[in-house]
Amino acid sequence: MEKILQLYTRPFFLLGQYIVLLLQVFTIPDKWKVFFKQLIKEIYKLGVDSLGIVWIISIFIGAVMAIQIQLNLTNPIMPQYILGLTTRDTLLLEFSSTIMCIILAGKVGSNIASEIGTMRITEQIDALNIMGVNSANYLILPKVVGLMLFTPVLVVFSMFFGIMGGYCIAIFTDLVSLSQWEYGIQSYFKEFYVWYSIIKSVIFAFLISTIASYHGYYAKGGALDVGKASTKSVVVSSIYILLMDVVLTKLLLQ
Amino acid sequence: MIIVENLIKSFDGNIILKGINTTFEAGKTNLIIGKSGSGKTVLLKCLVGLHKPDSGHIFYNNRDIVSMKPKELKHIRTEIGMLFQGSALFDSMTVLENVSFPLQMFTDYTKAEIYKRAMFCLERVNLLHATERFPSEISGGMQKRVAIARAIALNPKYLFCDEPNSGLDPQTSILIDELIHDITAEYNITTVINTHDMNSVMGIGDNITFINQGEVAWEGNKDKILTTNNKVLNDFVFASNLFQKVKEAAINDSPEEA
Ligand SMILES: Nc1ncnc2c1ncn2[C@@H]1O[C@H](COP(=O)(O)OP(=O)(O)OP(=O)(O)O)[C@@H](O)[C@H]1O
Ligand SMILES: [Mg+2]
Repeated sequence: MEKILQLYTRPFFLLGQYIVLLLQVFTIPDKWKVFFKQLIKEIYKLGVDSLGIVWIISIFIGAVMAIQIQLNLTNPIMPQYILGLTTRDTLLLEFSSTIMCIILAGKVGSNIASEIGTMRITEQIDALNIMGVNSANYLILPKVVGLMLFTPVLVVFSMFFGIMGGYCIAIFTDLVSLSQWEYGIQSYFKEFYVWYSIIKSVIFAFLISTIASYHGYYAKGGALDVGKASTKSVVVSSIYILLMDVVLTKLLLQ
Repeated sequence: MIIVENLIKSFDGNIILKGINTTFEAGKTNLIIGKSGSGKTVLLKCLVGLHKPDSGHIFYNNRDIVSMKPKELKHIRTEIGMLFQGSALFDSMTVLENVSFPLQMFTDYTKAEIYKRAMFCLERVNLLHATERFPSEISGGMQKRVAIARAIALNPKYLFCDEPNSGLDPQTSILIDELIHDITAEYNITTVINTHDMNSVMGIGDNITFINQGEVAWEGNKDKILTTNNKVLNDFVFASNLFQKVKEAAINDSPEEA
């Protein structure tokens, strides 16, 4: 009986724990100088270091998307420029924000969770608390702020390289002519799509960094448990990203 | 001075500490001894406020930290230094950065002053040659010494050490023990040390509290421990043959006390 009851109360307990942690995170830093130093470090570690994976994935997905869409455009009435337009809009609307952020959840989220988790089990977090440092604020706030600031850059970066991938197809294959592709990516452009992606990505960045930090911060046990916590944080944040995607799309695009 | 009154602590209904009463004196190394799993670490973590006790009081010179508000607790923590069982050095920082960290967070020192103070602490523990290395690049004994340097950086009034010499060879252990003992006397710190190492007990046991099954089973110092009649303590202390022999020697030296 108690077990069954726990099954229902546990989600509320976890949510409460998450909120309590966030309340500790979003307080005024003890020392602004230390905060900004950490912030720069995190932007570099979480953001700048992700540029590589982002441009490689984007360029390939952009190229593949262009080929696949072209192969499916079998109807001869359909104008050729549709290819550029569709590829561009798919990148702008979904790939460069949502899919990119799910990839980031894998790279950045697991990094955050394992770093904080290791600090927890080796008593480094206790050491911070003993000194009188607000460990949640000191460790987590720079990560959250850093990732939220830099993810839009990654998104725009991904959009650019995705379209470059399509360009490669237009230039190096005869699936579509360069002029048709160029005409396609410029027609019916809605600037709001870019903003929509950026707004989504900032919220996803918040989800990734806080969920990963939460799993790391409350890790207990040994190295194995840190690994588990980091895997779990990736799964959980991916699910919440997709859920939030639906909600935001309904709110922003309709 | 720290006074502990009726401290009770349990985890999920499992009572670990069943009403601890004891006093830790300033300028002395106060040892908490007991078997593995007897609750030494839990007691230490209650003392520094990392665990909230179920009931009881802990007075730091008449200030009870159990009923303290977070702000007061934060203030008193700048007077506390702690050495963890696994050193707990920040592994993304160099040795020098580790020792500088508390100074950066809690003082208004300039860069030069921070550097000076950190180097002073590192010199005190004989580590001036390793300041630029990372914790993963130095030995366990050196890590412990860095942790000591970090713990004394802010001139603490209270120093807590959780098994400062676990995992170290006997010679290095003695070095660490003596370092802690000297620093304690030098700055009149109230030092509390968890240990189950009998070498430490005999070396620096100014004041000893023996914990057994969640209760204080004996109190005294290193001179009294050899000649006590307390059954459980004797079992604990004389588990090793070496100390059995030491005891016999002590009894032969002073038959009237035995
Ligand atoms: N956070 C916790 N949650 C639940 N039980 C705990 C917790 N911390 C400690 N315990 C339990 O308290 C008991 C005492 O543990 P403690 O770590 O204080 O032992 P110890 O005396 O320090 O042992 P050792 O000498 O091996 O370090 C153990 O049975 C342990 O399982
Ligand atoms: Mg212990």
